[in-house]
Amino acid sequence: MDAHPVISSSTAVDGGSSSRKKQNRKLWASALFLLPAWLLLLIFFIGPILLTFYFAFTNLSLTGSEAQSTQFVGFSNFLNMFQDPNFRISVMKTVIFLLFSAIIGQQVLGFILALLMKEKNPAFRRVIGIIIIAGWVTPEIVVAFCWVAFLNDSGTLNALLQQVGLKPVAWLFTFPMASVIIANIWHGTAFSMLVFQAALDDVPKSIEEAAVVDGASRFQVLYKIVLPMIKGSVVTNMILVTLQTLGVFTLIYAMTGGGPGTSTQTLPIFMYNQAFVNYQLGYGTAISLILLLIGVLVSVLYLKSMKVKV
Amino acid sequence: MKRKSIKVEKVLPYSILTVIGVLFLLPLLWVVVASVDPNANSSIKVPSAFTMDNFKSVITDPVNIRAFIIGLLLSMGQGLLVVLVAGLAAYPLSRYQLRYKKPFMFTILFMTSLPITAVMVPVYQLFIYMKLQDSLWGTMFFLTAAGLPYAIWMLKNFMDAVPLELEESAWIDGASVWQGLKRIVAPLMIPGICTVGIFTFSGSWGNFFVPYILIQTPEKLPASVTIYQFFGNFGMVEYGKLAAFSIMYTFPAIVLYIFSQRFMSQGFSLGGASKG
Repeated sequence: MDAHPVISSSTAVDGGSSSRKKQNRKLWASALFLLPAWLLLLIFFIGPILLTFYFAFTNLSLTGSEAQSTQFVGFSNFLNMFQDPNFRISVMKTVIFLLFSAIIGQQVLGFILALLMKEKNPAFRRVIGIIIIAGWVTPEIVVAFCWVAFLNDSGTLNALLQQVGLKPVAWLFTFPMASVIIANIWHGTAFSMLVFQAALDDVPKSIEEAAVVDGASRFQVLYKIVLPMIKGSVVTNMILVTLQTLGVFTLIYAMTGGGPGTSTQTLPIFMYNQAFVNYQLGYGTAISLILLLIGVLVSVLYLKSMKVKV
Repeated sequence: MKRKSIKVEKVLPYSILTVIGVLFLLPLLWVVVASVDPNANSSIKVPSAFTMDNFKSVITDPVNIRAFIIGLLLSMGQGLLVVLVAGLAAYPLSRYQLRYKKPFMFTILFMTSLPITAVMVPVYQLFIYMKLQDSLWGTMFFLTAAGLPYAIWMLKNFMDAVPLELEESAWIDGASVWQGLKRIVAPLMIPGICTVGIFTFSGSWGNFFVPYILIQTPEKLPASVTIYQFFGNFGMVEYGKLAAFSIMYTFPAIVLYIFSQRFMSQGFSLGGASKG
């Protein structure tokens, strides 16, 4: 990289080159600097996204006669999909998973944690913070093991229940969706907590104190003053958490495999099963496309909420 | 009466936080205790004896060592590539007035939020076409591309914070743009580079789905996939070993997180990302 003549010669600060020439050199230098990033993004990021749009309309398959000759099949993947009861189930499961684990679970718990930890004993705050963050730093696959062991027939939860005289429950079998939702809340809450801690720190203490002097109760201060002031963080956090949760595969796959039956089969699991278990890559890609479009929709909301200046 | 309610108000948050803390700690505590228990089962219990045998048997298995090394090389390679390529891309985006900068940065920000899970089926197909299936290099390049949008966005913002005057004085002394970037800008951006590098490394170290789809040969699998297979094959019998494996696998992520805290003094203010 050192030897690029274009880049080194563009430094002629005191050279007599005209400003247009300089501008041209800058353009060349920028192109060279951006080239590796562009190439990688084009081949491995934008390429697959474009391929999604193409494959979703083919009967691409890994086995059988379709594997030899892939054909354009129009909207038939989507027609099949909308008639497939499994697809409808997956959409419902995804909505439930998103709603309870991300939008309600992680956000509300993260907010409560941030609020309660405010202005507490620093050592106590630190210990609680470390425990919550440990669940976040732990890789998804290990999170799955921890929760499978915890909820197992002879796991910690059942052992505790038996201590107080209750009957053990086969949690992963009886309440599979609740199990993966709780595991995902455990894994993700730290992010929301950190975001809300930063947001709450930005609320000037004097405003809260002034409201208290004027006779506002603590809940009034929270609803009428603090929440409106951190509204931006709440919206952005909700969108980011939704996007993260939309892509969750590993946790569910390792905990329940999407089962029992279809009871935890969210869209990523359904996509995986169609593409790599049933070898229907075309159909699997059509599901990918739906997932991608939901992601695009949420991302657009995200960009709007950020009001970014580039 | 009044005094009592104030006392409750003070104690209540501490008790709620303690309960939440204990509930969060329980699933994690099991891994730690089970890893040193010679007769571990899936429930937390006081170990009958203290043993390092679980760790020993994981470490001495050459299959596990290979998986760890592959995982490390994959994640470190990706981390280095991401920082290098994103650092180069960030330079013109931070320093020059470019015509298409705005749409480009918007595209980048947009890409940071797309779920990678959604493109894995076409990526698999792309790898077959490019004869990259089962290739660790191919996997590394894909992971690099997936990490680039976030890294470009972050590094551009970090670079904006490095004053242009420092570079200009180096140019007057005869340094080239490349030298200025390498000797002046990059050293001043070490915290930013480390943050992005660590974040990228941890992301791919913990990534199970991508290698699970793209790599087929068992000898090429990184630790994230072999630990899953170990769980499938022996997990329900050898809880102690699974716990020891999990701790060793989690260890790099935790160490790097603690390390990265030294660079992330600013923390988590989402407002910070909007400063362009």
